Amino acid sequence: MKLMNQLIAALRSLSKNKMRTILTMLGIIIGVGSVIAMLAIGQGSKESIQKTISSLGTNLLTIFPSASMYGGVRSEAGSSVRLTYEDYLAIGEQCPAVMYSTPMVRTSGQLIAGSQNWRTSVYGVTPDYFDIRELAIESGSVWGPVEDKAAAKVCVIGHTVSNYLFGEGADPIGQMVRVNKIPFKIIGLTAAKGQNAFGQDQDDMVIAPFSTVQQRMMTVNYINSIMVSAKTEKMIPEATDEITQLLRIRHKLGPSEDNDFTIRSQSDIASTAASTSRVLTILLASIASISLLVGGIGIMNIMLVSVTERTREIGIRMGVGARGRDVLMQFLIEALMISLMGGIIGIFLGILASDIIAGVMSWPVSISIESILLSFLFSTAIGIFFGWYPARKAARLNPIDALRYE
Amino acid sequence: MADIIISIRNLVKIYKMGDLEVHALRGINLEIRNDDFVAIMGKSGSGKSTFMNILGCLDTPTKGEYFLDNVNVGSLNKDQLAHLRNKKIGFVFQSFNLLPRTSALENVELPLMYNTKVSAKEMKERALKALESVGLADRAYHYPNQLSGGEQQRVAIARALVNDPVVILADEPTGNLDTRTSVEVMTIFQELNQKGITVVIVTHEPDIAGFTKYNVIFRDGRIQKSVIVENQKNAREELNHLPVIAEEDAL
Ligand SMILES: Nc1ncnc2c1ncn2[C@@H]1O[C@H](COP(=O)(O)OP(=O)(O)OP(=O)(O)O)[C@@H](O)[C@H]1O
Ligand SMILES: [Mg+2]
Repeated sequence: MKLMNQLIAALRSLSKNKMRTILTMLGIIIGVGSVIAMLAIGQGSKESIQKTISSLGTNLLTIFPSASMYGGVRSEAGSSVRLTYEDYLAIGEQCPAVMYSTPMVRTSGQLIAGSQNWRTSVYGVTPDYFDIRELAIESGSVWGPVEDKAAAKVCVIGHTVSNYLFGEGADPIGQMVRVNKIPFKIIGLTAAKGQNAFGQDQDDMVIAPFSTVQQRMMTVNYINSIMVSAKTEKMIPEATDEITQLLRIRHKLGPSEDNDFTIRSQSDIASTAASTSRVLTILLASIASISLLVGGIGIMNIMLVSVTERTREIGIRMGVGARGRDVLMQFLIEALMISLMGGIIGIFLGILASDIIAGVMSWPVSISIESILLSFLFSTAIGIFFGWYPARKAARLNPIDALRYE
Repeated sequence: MADIIISIRNLVKIYKMGDLEVHALRGINLEIRNDDFVAIMGKSGSGKSTFMNILGCLDTPTKGEYFLDNVNVGSLNKDQLAHLRNKKIGFVFQSFNLLPRTSALENVELPLMYNTKVSAKEMKERALKALESVGLADRAYHYPNQLSGGEQQRVAIARALVNDPVVILADEPTGNLDTRTSVEVMTIFQELNQKGITVVIVTHEPDIAGFTKYNVIFRDGRIQKSVIVENQKNAREELNHLPVIAEEDAL
C-alpha cells in the first residue's frame, strides 16, 4: 500500500472513532501534563531554596557551641555553655579573614502595643548583623555602639510585626512596644523579605541590641552563637581555620580533645537544604510516575477494549487484500498520531498547569526539558506499543479467523 | 471453449479443537469454468462455508490442491495470498462485513487502497462506478447503519467488483434478505456473469439456485452431486413480475 493511502486510512479511522481517539489521547495528556507540572514544582522549589541560601550571604559563618567530652561522657549539644562574649571580641580582633561579626542571643518575646499583642522571636545582636545578613532598613535607622554599650531599650522590627501591632501600612518608627513587659522604642523597620524557601516569614522578628536582650531580657551571661562573614567567599576556609585555632586556644582544648564548638558555613546549610529538596523532588517524581502509569494503563485499556472491533476491521481489510504489514503500518501511524497529538497537548497543559500553580499558589516552578522529554517519550511509547501490539496479533491470523474473532 | 478458472483436487479441511477433530471437508474435487455461475447447496454443517473460505483464500486447506487462474494457491505465502485476494477475488459475506461508521464510497474504495497502481482520483471514480452498477450511486455518502440490509449487501457487492476480479464468491449473499431484495441481488450477479465474471454462491434456497447455471450439492464434507439447472431463470424478468409490495401483502 502506498504511504499516502496509509495516512488516509489512519486519518479516516481516527476521525471515525472519535471517542476512542479522545480517550486514548486523554491518557497521554494526563500522563504528560501531570509529570511536567509535578517536576516543575519540584525543580522550582529546589532552585528557590538554593536562591534563598545564597541570598543569606554566601560568606556567612555561624559558630555554635557543641557537645563536648568530659571523661568520655558526651553531654547534650549546646548544654555546656562555652561561647562567650569574650570569644566574640577575640574573633573580631584576631581573625584577619573575618569582616563582620556579631554575637547572638535569641529568645521569644510577647509583644504588646496598645491593645494589640503578638508573639515572635527576639534577636540580640550588634549592628554588624545587618551587614552580615544583608538586611536593608526601610525606614528609621539601626542603633549605634553607644546604645549597644548602654543596653538601650531600642529595637528594629520587621513588617509582619509592624502590621500586627500597628495595622497594615502604619509607620511604627518612634512607637513604643512592650517586649516581655520591658518597654522598647522602635527605631527602625527592615525592608520586606517575605517567606524564605523553608516557609519562614523573614519579616516576623524583633532585632535589638545584644546587651539589651542578653542582660535585660534574658539575664544570662552566655551567647547562643556568633555570626561572622568572611571577607570574600574564597576566604571562608581561612576564616574557619583562624576561628577554630583561636577558640581551641581560648577554650584550652588539648590536642586529643574534640572541638566544643561547631562552625557552619552557608554551603553546609546549602547542601543540607539541597538534600531536603532532593527528597521533595523524588516524592513529586514518584507521584508523577504514578500518574504516568495510570495514564498508560488508560491508554492500554482503551486499545485492548477496542481489539474485538478492530480485529474484525483487520479481517475485513485483509479480506480485500491488505497484507499484514499494511495493516500494521496503518495501526502504527494511528497510534503515532494519537500519541504525538496527545503528547503535544499534554506538554502545553503541563506548562499551563505549572503557570497556574505558580500564579495561584505562588509556588516557585521551573519546567525542565528533561521532564518534557521523559513524559513525552514514555507516553508515546505506551500509546504506540498498545496500539500496535494487538494489531500485530490480529494481522498474523488468517483473515477468516480475524473476521470471526469475538 | 471456456477456460478452467478454478480447479480443486482432493481438498481436505480438518478443524482441530483440542483433542477433537472436525472433518469439515473430506476430499473435494471440482472444476469451475470462467463463464460458470455455480450455486453450492447442502445441509447446514456440510462444509459449504469452509469450502468458500478456502476458495476465497481467506483460509488454508489441510490437504489438497487449489489452482486459481492457473496459480497454485497452495504454494503462495501470506503476502501473495493477500495480493491474489486483492486482484482476482471478490468476496461477499452473508453478514456484509462493511466497515462501520464508514461511508459506502469509502467501503467500496477499500480494495483499491491496497492496489498500489490506483491514484486517489481513479479510486473514487472506480468506486462510484461500482456503486452505480449496483444501483446505489445516490447513496455513496451514506453509512452502513443508514442503509437497509439489501443496500448494504449491494455495497458489499460493489466492493467485491471494484478491483475487476475474475471470480466473485458469495457465501449466502441473500441469507439476510427478503424475497424481492434477494432477486435484486441475483440480478446483479447474473449481469456480472453475463459480462464474463465467474460467480460462485452458497445458498439454501432452491429459488435462488434457479438463477444459476448449475448446482453443486454438498453432504458431510463431500460433493454429493452436481446438477445442471434446466431452465435458468432470468432475475430481471422475475423482478418485473414480483410486486414491489409483495412482502407487505403477505403480512
Ligand atoms: N472455525 C471452526 N472451528 C471448528 N469447527 C468448525 C469451524 N468452522 C466450521 N466448523 C465445523 O465444520 C463443519 C462445516 O461447517 P461450515 O460452516 O462449513 O458449514 P456450512 O455448510 O457452511 O453450514 P451452514 O449452512 O449452516 O452455513 C461444521 O461441522 C462446523 O461445526
Ligand atoms: Mg455457512
